[in-house]
Amino acid sequence: MTVVVSGRSGRTYVGRYHEQADRGLVMHDVGVHDPDSAGLPRDAWLERQHKFGIRVDHRQLVLPADEVTDIRRLGAVIS
Amino acid sequence: MPYNPLLVAPMRAEMTHMGARELTSAAEVDAALGDQKGTTLVFVNSVCGCAAGNARPALAHALRHGVRPDSIVTVFAGQDIEATARARQYFAEYQPSSPSVALLKDGEVVHFIHRHQIEGRPPQAVAADLISAFDRHCGAVV
Repeated sequence: MTVVVSGRSGRTYVGRYHEQADRGLVMHDVGVHDPDSAGLPRDAWLERQHKFGIRVDHRQLVLPADEVTDIRRLGAVIS
Repeated sequence: MPYNPLLVAPMRAEMTHMGARELTSAAEVDAALGDQKGTTLVFVNSVCGCAAGNARPALAHALRHGVRPDSIVTVFAGQDIEATARARQYFAEYQPSSPSVALLKDGEVVHFIHRHQIEGRPPQAVAADLISAFDRHCGAVV
């Protein structure tokens, strides 16, 4: 399932949910939006990921539990 | 490493039974998509159960619609590596995902469905998306 994860850091992560483990939320094929360095606002970036596919920054990413503030299906955020 | 051919054979057969032509080499892809006229649907097949298990029935359903692409071709991601890589060059502005569906008209991508737009949705919903695209792009011009 492809999900959008909002991070406490302000970053947004889009990728495939793998598992919630002791080490954190494990995701595969993840694109990351960092508001400090991104060329697009978050919503426009999400639209782009939806239309053109996930531009992968990390094949696997583990997010610490305290970074995760919200998880939604990409299809529920943008349809 | 590709899966055992015996394991993926039913997934290939599902595609050919619905009329898709398998492309297994870069040369076959170029012959099908190079200098392409009319409408061609490219299905990037996958062993992924949660998405491809919905995508193949969705496409089969959509192809029963009265309006459909001129040709249907398929490459198998993770199996026919060279063919899949070459096919993706024809829709390079889209990030690779599998399964996925590209509808091309005169060589241009006019509709694309990614894996994330398939997973978690019933085949009927994906088929409805495809049928809508067929109606918009594959119908006769009057």
